[in-house]
Amino acid sequence: MAKKPAKTSAPKTNKEEMLGFYRDMLLIRRFEEKAGQLYGMGQIAGFCHLYIGQEAVVTGCRAAMIDGDQMITGYRDHAHMLACGMESRGIMAELTGREGGYSRGKGGSMHMFSTEKHFYGGHGIVGAQVSLGAGLGFANKYLDNGSVSLAFFGDGASNQGQVYESFNMAKLWDLPVVFIIENNQYAMGTSVERSSAETELYKRGISFEIEGIQVDGMNVLEVRDAAAKAIKHARDGKGPMVLEMKTYRYRGHSMSDPAKYRSRDEVTKTRSERDPIDWVRTMLLEKKWADEAELKAIDKEIKEIVKDAADFSLESPEPHPDELWTDVLLPVEG
Amino acid sequence: MAIDIQMPALSPTMEEGTLSKWLVKEGDTVASGDILAEIETDKATMEVESIDEGVVGKIVVAAGTDNVKVGAVILQLLEDGESADDLGKPAAAPVTAAEEAPKTETPAAGSGGPVTAVVPNDPSIPTNIKMVETTVRDALRDAMAEEMRRDDKVFVMGEEVAEYQGAYNVTRGLLDEFGARRVIDTPITEHGFAGIGAGAAMGGLRPIVEFMTWNFAMQAIDHIINSAAKTLYMSGGQMRCPIVFRGPNGAASRVGAQHSHDYSSWYANVPGLKVVAPYDSADAKGLLKAAIRDPNPIVFLEHELLYGETFDVPDMDDFLIPIGKAKVRVEGTDVTLVAHSRMVGRCLEAAEILAGEGISAEVIDLRTLRPLDTDTVIESVKKTNRIVCAEEGWGQSGIGAEIAARVVAEAFDYLDAPPERVFQADVPLPYAANLEALSLPGTEDVVEAAMRALYVR
Repeated sequence: MAKKPAKTSAPKTNKEEMLGFYRDMLLIRRFEEKAGQLYGMGQIAGFCHLYIGQEAVVTGCRAAMIDGDQMITGYRDHAHMLACGMESRGIMAELTGREGGYSRGKGGSMHMFSTEKHFYGGHGIVGAQVSLGAGLGFANKYLDNGSVSLAFFGDGASNQGQVYESFNMAKLWDLPVVFIIENNQYAMGTSVERSSAETELYKRGISFEIEGIQVDGMNVLEVRDAAAKAIKHARDGKGPMVLEMKTYRYRGHSMSDPAKYRSRDEVTKTRSERDPIDWVRTMLLEKKWADEAELKAIDKEIKEIVKDAADFSLESPEPHPDELWTDVLLPVEG
Repeated sequence: MAIDIQMPALSPTMEEGTLSKWLVKEGDTVASGDILAEIETDKATMEVESIDEGVVGKIVVAAGTDNVKVGAVILQLLEDGESADDLGKPAAAPVTAAEEAPKTETPAAGSGGPVTAVVPNDPSIPTNIKMVETTVRDALRDAMAEEMRRDDKVFVMGEEVAEYQGAYNVTRGLLDEFGARRVIDTPITEHGFAGIGAGAAMGGLRPIVEFMTWNFAMQAIDHIINSAAKTLYMSGGQMRCPIVFRGPNGAASRVGAQHSHDYSSWYANVPGLKVVAPYDSADAKGLLKAAIRDPNPIVFLEHELLYGETFDVPDMDDFLIPIGKAKVRVEGTDVTLVAHSRMVGRCLEAAEILAGEGISAEVIDLRTLRPLDTDTVIESVKKTNRIVCAEEGWGQSGIGAEIAARVVAEAFDYLDAPPERVFQADVPLPYAANLEALSLPGTEDVVEAAMRALYVR
């Protein structure tokens, strides 16, 4: 049932795709670095969970989706929104709690949505997005709209009871949903080994007859291919698959992380040996799909986008006091 | 002596049933485990097995008899060596032990002679409309069926809602009419299916999620509150979650503390939800239809002990009752009695007793707990100057506490007595019949509280 991928020939790609990945992943990284900086300046408050190191996961998955497919995730969600094509201005302004934010400042880092871009949040309760994501799959099947929902969650969430309740029903009813475990190895400060009796998380669907694949989550092409396989499986009416993306987060769990649970060496080593952006960059240079000057130009362009988002997020006013009372309930029509 | 076989109770709340069919006749020999008869309650048809051996001496209650009380002798069985001469007169049905313990003496006379209650018209029900007697259970069922016919996006999911026809028979017949796509049996997995329901609502559907009872929804409360109630606000108005969570709430009968919890004040505390708790069949139907059409998440609190009660429902194509409006069930001048769900019935009884004492009580049925129709209550208190808030749940932070606070804040100068509250004893609900009766508030408690408010006691 569940299996590690057989090492076969390198996945196919091309210059255009790799340049796109480079750009998308770099945008995530620079955006998150800026968010961290703004947090340090006191412009972003509360919780702020950065995605740095995990960029290949959401970027590769997005490449395998078609228009109409939905994404839903937990609180480490900025990258998923960027991947869905949501505006960096609106995301950053939500982080700063301003009127120009996607939730007009009422959601914050963990709670943003875009029905237009098929992004369903942004959920702060660990594991809730798995049931909700299965529910989106339920709606897809009920409406027969051909869409697939991708529910992202971490290694920590994979120990929540409702994940298994949802696995059971998703397979029982063959819902078009893909369960993507972003295994960054630490649930806050607790490693997978210290929290999980079965540490090979791709096996977690076995007792529900759900096929699982373990994927190198630092390799955007392997992520893309695994996601494509799982999405096709779901779209063909065969139900869910579990993808375990082996990845790593460089920063703390949130901004207030004591970093006592892992060594600096471990972080440095992963960063120097497995960095997903460096891997793409190296390929671009080796294949001569881009030279240093071209990559530098892209870096500069991304920096501009992020600076613009940051400026916007600081210039946008705080929400009008009247906003306190809006969006609690919708008016009844008719 | 022959063995008396009695009408069995097939559920905690069954009081009587129909003896639909005998599967044995007089003179037949039966063994332990043989099926003797089929019995129909308002929920289901069930078989009665013999636990004794012998020969059927006399069938006491004929097939097709309705309203056979639990405990009535339905058949006499002759043991080995006995003959028809041994058939004695069947023993009388035992009195059930759960009668309400008397807590007060009969109220002393009030200010004058008996008063006549005035029952006002409901503005949601046109005059001269034909009324049909309907159980609360069927009214809820009809509401769901009508809305499912109207909108393909409406579906029902929950434990035993389809093939079993509903644990309390509320979804009876829906599977036949709408099929397995729209009437969905879930595994026993409240947290999971509440989340799948909420996700389906975000994905554009209009789910009705049935909890077998609200007691089990504590497993799912995270999705009801964190996913359904808060998302509209957190998304700046983008993410809708039109969903109805429904099922029986509060104490049933002798089912113990874990199955007898009233969650009215829990959900009424949460902005982003609407909370509905109807009393009679018309409100059950009109409010559930309105709930299914509402674009917001709704907590719909039913009462198991009301399911089998019969009330009039207007015979109308599209009967809706607006959420958020209380109903004055009886007009009065001396004291206001406020309640929701089953306690409305207790207040109506109390009003009759009070009327006999010359006290004119106004009875307000809240019907919706969020948004709470404070205006109707305040208007009444301005007239009566006294209020009793009655609920089945616990008192602390309860619905009555909220109403009392609002009345004190908004109509302090009109009050001639402190607001009175009636609620469940501050203990987990006990199983023993006498203790359960002592725990739950009843009609006499409401009468007594009204008397205190009137300084008659």
